[in-house]
Amino acid sequence: MASTKVLKRRVSFWQGLRYRGKQNMLTWILHRITGLGVVLFVGTHIIAAFFLQQFGDEVSIAITTIYESWQFQIVVYFCVLYHALHGARLTIEDLFPALLRFHRELIWFQWILFIPLYGLPVYMLVNNALMGGA
Amino acid sequence: MQRTRRVRPAMGTFEYGMWLFTRLSGLAIILFSAISIAMAFIMGGRTLLDLPAMFRWMFFPNPNHVVNSDIPDVTAGWSNAFWQIFSTIIIFMAAGHGLNGLRMVIEDYVDRITFVYALRLLLFVLWVGGMIVAIYVILAS
Repeated sequence: MASTKVLKRRVSFWQGLRYRGKQNMLTWILHRITGLGVVLFVGTHIIAAFFLQQFGDEVSIAITTIYESWQFQIVVYFCVLYHALHGARLTIEDLFPALLRFHRELIWFQWILFIPLYGLPVYMLVNNALMGGA
Repeated sequence: MQRTRRVRPAMGTFEYGMWLFTRLSGLAIILFSAISIAMAFIMGGRTLLDLPAMFRWMFFPNPNHVVNSDIPDVTAGWSNAFWQIFSTIIIFMAAGHGLNGLRMVIEDYVDRITFVYALRLLLFVLWVGGMIVAIYVILAS
């Protein structure tokens, strides 16, 4: 039986969570989830924009309304920003392996950058929405 | 029991190329969004765009993304060949980056090699189709 894998990896969800990879594993899995989120959003967006431009039908208008809502933008912005910052850190560590000595500190530095870059726009989005704006 | 096996050199293979492409395109997308948000500010976007429009323009500088904002004339500055080429480069790098990432996820979790090949084919079709649709949207707007 041709297979890409050498090991059978039948691991349950809870076993996976109890795997003690600590922040290395957690940041990796978050990178993967946010990456999938971005792919899903961009793919839906391209298809909906195309159908909106061509036909202007109800389905694409509904999809557009969903992803222009402020609640959805908070989620998408989390995915995009986390994926970008984690990817940038990963790339920098790959290009300059000497920095791997400070791997743990770089992860903390990534969160220090993330909190204001995420918090300020989210504060503005929520504030605008509660004030009755777009 | 110790055994050794021959390993093909990684440099120059498809996987190495995609590894490098993922990193370089990732950095380039960050750089391109920095450029487009800087130029949106230069063109007066601070007072004309709200925050969501700014984000939309940042990651995909398409005139459709700012047409509902307070910009009096979108065709001046916001819609020209420069931004069309800019958007095409972004969508090329983003589609390659994203669909290659999807391929990595699929190959991590799918065991049967036939499914892997089928899904690779599906991703390739999605990539080509998505690029055609995206470039059509760019050129038609």
